[in-house]
Amino acid sequence: MLRRTVDRVAADARAASFRTRSIKKDAKLQGLRLVVSMTDLTTLEGKDSPGKVRGLCRKAVDPAPGIEGVPSVAAVCVYPNHVALAKQAVAGSGVQVASVATAFPSGQAPLDLRLEEVRRVVADGTDEVDMVISRGALLAGRTQQVAEEIRATKEACGSAHLKVILETGELETYDLVRRASDLAMEAGADFIKTSTGKVAPAATMGVTLVMLEAIRDHHRATGVRIGMKPAGGIKSAKEALHYLVMVKETLGDAWLSPSLFRFGASSLLNDVLIQLRRLDTGVYAAHYDVSKE
Amino acid sequence: MSERLPVLKTYKLYLGGAFPRTESGRSQVVESAGQPVAHLCRASRKDFRNAVVAARKALSGWSARSAYNRGQILYRMAEMLEGKATEFVQALAATVPGGEERARREVEAAVDRLVSFAGWADKYAQVLGCQNPVEGPYHNFSLPEPTGVVTIVAPDEPALLGLIGQLAPVLCSGNVAVVLGSEAHPLATAILGEVCATSDVPAGVVNLLTGFREELLEQFAAHRDVDAISAAGVSAEERRTLELGAAENLKRVHVLEVAAAEDWFEEARFASPELIESFVEIKTLWHPSAS
Repeated sequence: MLRRTVDRVAADARAASFRTRSIKKDAKLQGLRLVVSMTDLTTLEGKDSPGKVRGLCRKAVDPAPGIEGVPSVAAVCVYPNHVALAKQAVAGSGVQVASVATAFPSGQAPLDLRLEEVRRVVADGTDEVDMVISRGALLAGRTQQVAEEIRATKEACGSAHLKVILETGELETYDLVRRASDLAMEAGADFIKTSTGKVAPAATMGVTLVMLEAIRDHHRATGVRIGMKPAGGIKSAKEALHYLVMVKETLGDAWLSPSLFRFGASSLLNDVLIQLRRLDTGVYAAHYDVSKE
Repeated sequence: MSERLPVLKTYKLYLGGAFPRTESGRSQVVESAGQPVAHLCRASRKDFRNAVVAARKALSGWSARSAYNRGQILYRMAEMLEGKATEFVQALAATVPGGEERARREVEAAVDRLVSFAGWADKYAQVLGCQNPVEGPYHNFSLPEPTGVVTIVAPDEPALLGLIGQLAPVLCSGNVAVVLGSEAHPLATAILGEVCATSDVPAGVVNLLTGFREELLEQFAAHRDVDAISAAGVSAEERRTLELGAAENLKRVHVLEVAAAEDWFEEARFASPELIESFVEIKTLWHPSAS
């Protein structure tokens, strides 16, 4: 495999350039609706309870009662213990259930236990599996091991979609982000994803651009379209629109779809809903108008 | 020796404890006798929205501070205003009719107004609240609590004293404020940001915008995350806009009717805890009494 290196300064500068596009009125409305439909509404906390997961699912299915034309989100993303409940709560709505697995967020467990976790969530009915790679192994140079683990996880997924979390905040360099992206795509990832949301920095525009370019090169070489999911740290509607601009200008319209691009977020949706309400009524919403999850 | 070129100051907004440029990139020039004296931001609706976000974030911290501490901070504002008195006097004298003497009197009155409300901070609750006599083994208290995020539409004149006269009672009781300063004489509002930034006022508690009422008033009134409006020097039409907007989420609207700019100097009216009363909510508590 050809090893590509990334010019960090140039990548960051190019990523920053996507912030300068002005998106108003109709385009903004379309963009915000698209953001909603691409959201993986996420709750990954120790305090997650059945009640909270049910509430989240309700919000996922109908994010903005009272505002016309707002779609359901793409998926709810939960811990393995809540997969069965979430599956039941979103049944019939078209909303997917995603589960983190493989000893999320650290990935520091024996491989057979991690694979068993994947098989369990798939048996519970999850549509998508978000796995973490072994960053420790990658940083130690054991790339083959990482690739084999991804391959094994893909096999354990069966028909469920596999998203591979690189945890870019721990990968130190853009070169390694690129290397991990290429590795994951070759090993069978359906999506590559920036972060767990548990490590800062999480998704940044620079790191997302590096991964989008890896996806573009992979598509050119193989014709296979891999999806992208920045997760964590994207909090405002404006920022989300900048990401969409970056996707369009790097990969083209084909990727502007929930089947190939997702936002992993919890608070982003609220800001998008406040903006949509503003476009709908002309008035900014109050803090009590949107649920805090 | 060549003549030195004076440096003109470019003022920005004061928002969430920082001095950002307006999101809209627009500016206005303040002139004196046909000469530019400063550049100011012309705030947009988005600046206002950002200000409300900052204010909402600051509310819980500010209202949880002890009344005594809020008083200390208001007093600190008075100190810093006094320290910048010359700058304010020059700015007002250059842009507002009435000359330097009038300007000095206004700045001094503004400092005194802040001191008055610094004193009220730990005393208004005793005036506005009470212990109610009830039958049975209970104490029963009525206590004033802050209303929340308050938007302030300041009068054109007096530019500084009017703004401080509205702001001090709002802050004193633990509210946070988003202020649209005098449209005709915005320079004092812009300088006041530097006072707030250096006087221990937590970020977001005071947010100062310079701009046009025509563009901002509607959002000042309608934004659902605003709890109350304090307005002075508004026309009947502007008042209507405020009240219609306030109906959106039942905000409190308090319009100060002030006949002349000179009236703002009246201490009996404007240093009174009645001004605080407009922006507090009364909570009544029952408490079991011992024996």
